[in-house]
Amino acid sequence: MKFEKPATTNPIDNLTVVGKPIHRIDGELKTTGRAKYAYEWHDPDIDYAYGYPLGSSIAKGRIRSMDTAAAKKSPGVISVVTALDVGKRDLGSKNTANLFGGDEVQHYHQAIAIVVAATFEQARAASALIKVDYAVGEGVFDLSTATKDAKKPKAEGGTEPDSSVGDFEGAFANAAVKLDATYTTPDQSHAMMEPFASIAAWNGDELTVWTSSQMIDWWRTDLATTLGIDKEKIHLMSPFIGGGFGGKLFLRSDAVMAAFAAKAAGRPVKVALPRPFLVNNATHRPATIQRIRIGATRDGKITAIGHESWSGDLPGGQPETAVMQTRLLYAGENRMTAMRLATLDLPEGNSMRAPGEAPGLMALEIAIDEIAVKLGMDPVEFRILNDTQVDPEKPGRNFSHRNLVGCLTLGAEKFGWNARGKPGTKREGGQFIGLGMAAAFRNNLVMPSGARVKLDARGDITVETDMTDIGTGSYTILAQTAAEMMGVPMEKVGVHLGDSRFPVSSGSGGQFGANSSTSGVYAACVKLREAVAQKLGFNSQDIEFANGEVRSDNRVVPLSQAAGPEGLVGEDTMQWGDLEKTYQQSTFGAHFVEVGVDVATGEVRLKRMLAVCAAGRILNPITARSQVIGAMTMGAGLALSEELSVDKRRGFFVNHDLAGYEVAVHADIPHQDVIFMDETDPISSPMKAKGVGELGLCGVSAAIANAVYNATGIRVRDYPVTLDKLIHELPEVA
Amino acid sequence: MRAFTFERAESVRAAAESASNNPEAKFIAGGTNLLDLMKLEIEVPTHLIDVNGLGLDKIEVTSEGGLRIGAMVRNTDLASHETVRRDYGLLSRALVAGASGQLRNKATTAGNLLQRTRCPYFYDTAQSCNKRMPGSGCSAIGGVTRQLGVIGTSEACIATHPSDMAVAMRALDAVVETTRPDGTNRSIPISDFHHLPGDSPHIETALEKGEMITAVTLPKPAGGMHIYRKVRDRASYAFALVSIGAIIQADGTGRVAVGGVAPKPWRVDAADAALAKGAKAACAELMADARPTDDNRFKIALVERTLAAVIEETRDKP
Ligand SMILES: Cc1cc2nc3c(=O)[nH]c(=O)nc-3n(C[C@H](O)[C@H](O)[C@H](O)COP(=O)(O)OP(=O)(O)OC[C@H]3O[C@@H](n4cnc5c(N)ncnc54)[C@H](O)[C@@H]3O)c2cc1C
Ligand code: SF4
Repeated sequence: MKFEKPATTNPIDNLTVVGKPIHRIDGELKTTGRAKYAYEWHDPDIDYAYGYPLGSSIAKGRIRSMDTAAAKKSPGVISVVTALDVGKRDLGSKNTANLFGGDEVQHYHQAIAIVVAATFEQARAASALIKVDYAVGEGVFDLSTATKDAKKPKAEGGTEPDSSVGDFEGAFANAAVKLDATYTTPDQSHAMMEPFASIAAWNGDELTVWTSSQMIDWWRTDLATTLGIDKEKIHLMSPFIGGGFGGKLFLRSDAVMAAFAAKAAGRPVKVALPRPFLVNNATHRPATIQRIRIGATRDGKITAIGHESWSGDLPGGQPETAVMQTRLLYAGENRMTAMRLATLDLPEGNSMRAPGEAPGLMALEIAIDEIAVKLGMDPVEFRILNDTQVDPEKPGRNFSHRNLVGCLTLGAEKFGWNARGKPGTKREGGQFIGLGMAAAFRNNLVMPSGARVKLDARGDITVETDMTDIGTGSYTILAQTAAEMMGVPMEKVGVHLGDSRFPVSSGSGGQFGANSSTSGVYAACVKLREAVAQKLGFNSQDIEFANGEVRSDNRVVPLSQAAGPEGLVGEDTMQWGDLEKTYQQSTFGAHFVEVGVDVATGEVRLKRMLAVCAAGRILNPITARSQVIGAMTMGAGLALSEELSVDKRRGFFVNHDLAGYEVAVHADIPHQDVIFMDETDPISSPMKAKGVGELGLCGVSAAIANAVYNATGIRVRDYPVTLDKLIHELPEVA
Repeated sequence: MRAFTFERAESVRAAAESASNNPEAKFIAGGTNLLDLMKLEIEVPTHLIDVNGLGLDKIEVTSEGGLRIGAMVRNTDLASHETVRRDYGLLSRALVAGASGQLRNKATTAGNLLQRTRCPYFYDTAQSCNKRMPGSGCSAIGGVTRQLGVIGTSEACIATHPSDMAVAMRALDAVVETTRPDGTNRSIPISDFHHLPGDSPHIETALEKGEMITAVTLPKPAGGMHIYRKVRDRASYAFALVSIGAIIQADGTGRVAVGGVAPKPWRVDAADAALAKGAKAACAELMADARPTDDNRFKIALVERTLAAVIEETRDKP
């Protein structure tokens, strides 16, 4: 099916199952520990071996030689496979750094050997016995100095690095009120709970891999490339994923090493990457330096807005697209954005939840707060005044649906925004109290998505797609979609995900998963409905599926009967027309937070958080809310404590465990509220839904930084907002 | 982790003897620090001596009116003990400010005192570290040092001792009771227990080879208000950037120990003497010879501000 025209009324609009607050259908499996994650697959008849990786201890250079003799002799060791043994491999299409193979070292903890032993402990002990002789190379590790050699990156996937409308420089120079400020965001880690883990098993030239992947087909394709085998020979499974946040979008070294190790050991091998590898072996969100200039009239209209961003990556890598939201979020006739990319020899920078917008809004939404202060305007009012209903770079192009103003107004009312005082004036006990807010904005992307839906003689429905559930609730919303389309209760629907034998789906990323994959199931269900109609000789136009029955005029047939003994199958892929081009499709929201800042120590603690989201039809308010509160929690960490600390001499992230990289913990998170605007977006998909998984992260960190400003009068422009950036400006303690 | 043998000690004396006979042996208590370090091969004992079953898990009142805390008393039990909460509130508060509930259920008094630094370079065996590999150099100096020490450090090592409990013990004038392999006992004042790094940062305490901690004793209660204030980036489950353990009497005199700044819980007599004059005066003494890095210079101001808030808190309350 191709979605080319805005959706009209369709069976989803019945909303008997879709849109309902239904608990996760896989919830019980997870809470009882029966959901099998990659490393936990265990066939008692298989004698698994265990692989433990060795990472490079230099950031750049070449391996001259490796001495594995002691490791090979260590108890329980079955085999040792080194990067030199496997040699240089073709690079997966989505990878920047080599995952495994060859003598070149591109970053710290690059995988250079895998030791296979009868037990995990034996493999780990033996890995420490490998001696490596390196030729150490000179690397560049400091973004602040590397920017002088930064280049304009290539346009990727239609994303031009620069944009310009009108005369930005002139308008900015002549603006009555101006802001020119530079903001920084540090390197950030996905820090998901489940590490990268894979089990590989060969049967002749066929390879089966259980892994933890957000994107089955991307992994399978790139694994085939890296191994140099035919993709059809690989069977990949990833039914449960313990968090990914973008870190598991692209093939990682665990799967590659497991495949080589299993070949060498002649039996299935389990590989889990140790925690420090999640930081220096895997990808991270690159640091940015962002300069924002805003010019406005005295009555608060933006006349000029400019946003430049610098980030770094390994050669062949990409920029963090931190300026993208600035092209779309606020009005203003004269505009410019630019991205520059420096070469850094740190581990690979890549997508992390809301790539581009998350760090971009961390900067932009402080800048908006700052210009509102200069204008003496309320920041909510300032944003409303500068709202736009068209793409401000291409005014002929409308937003499919945009209710930012509604989010701002409702949020301000519900949060009690009026109670906000002047900066540094409100004190309760030992804390300064402040309120802050920011707009949320994230583009709505769609991806082709396929599914197969089966109806059997019991009237049961089975959905099969290679879609993944990264903790988001995919199982549940796909079941809801099939139940709605086929007119059956939830209990009659089974969902099977994350298997390369199933139709290729959107996968999970870029907040495109829910809308795209439910649309894929919608398309497959349309096929199945047609098959049922045809089987029964019904006119497929005026046929109704409800209560487990098919109804046309006076005839009513139970679905089970329509299925017949053989059952029926519908399979299709949702393809997308050019509505994405003709309309700008985005999601919107507003974040409000209250913070307390310790008068003496400068410790920032959250007191209340509210997000109001406008993201099309909400398919399931429980799973959607859980996405948003999770994202708000992540944003709290990014605002207040998360930073990968770069050792600029040795070129690695020093705090490579969960003790050193501080994500928010329970005690950091106060009461959270989420409100969804009641809306649909028929231009987005037949589901009339949009993405919501990343929206909740966008802007929240800036809202916190703005609240800190309101509490203390101190403006911090370098994340995270830690106490050392505050105490020198806080008043003396009596 | 290297392969090791394991033994359950029969008596304190036998444990100490076994430890001295085997140069690569280590005692294991809760294991919450030791096992993590063994997995990373930062500690590589070939023999573990389990000292949990020796009846060292009691808390008793001493004849001097103080408290004798067995070496294997769990942090949770110690923190929730009635006498501790009533008379040594500082200790109870310091304990619950550390780690997490699960860890405190396992962690012991002796193990807590002997936990090793959290310097990130100490934790990465690919980096040189004088504490881990004597003489290999200190890769932290000149690197990422925000968490590291500002005082009592040396050219060889700038790591801190991370314990919260030890800060309270220092302010309470605790005494560490030990048994040596030859069966003799010693009492080591907490002030002498942890060593400064000097040019041998791998030597961290006064303990001799095989010497085992049996108890920690506290003198009779000092009275006053007991405050433990731990400052950190997130609200829980983080080591202190700075912590203050203070006992302050009604007249404003008292004692103060500081965590997160030095290779041992930091207390200076002159600072105690100056405490009644206020935080600025006390901090000037506490931090007199501080040698911070650019990354952690803020800790000096933070100590003063936190101490000021602590003193203010004692004034607010009758
Ligand atoms: C995630 C995490 C967070 C933490 N956060 C904090 C925190 O915020 N604040 C804090 O203070 N601590 C914190 N800790 C550290 C924790 O307090 C220590 O791990 C714990 O106190 C160690 O006690 P244990 O009994 O488990 O010691 P073990 O690990 O068993 O032993 C530690 C050392 O003591 C030696 N030893 C044990 N018993 C004896 C004895 N009787 N005589 C001589 N030597 C002995 C062992 O040989 C070993 O070298 C944290 C730990 C973790 C893992
Ligand atoms: S500061 Fe001490 S513990 Fe840290 S690397 Fe240097 S010597 Fe090792």
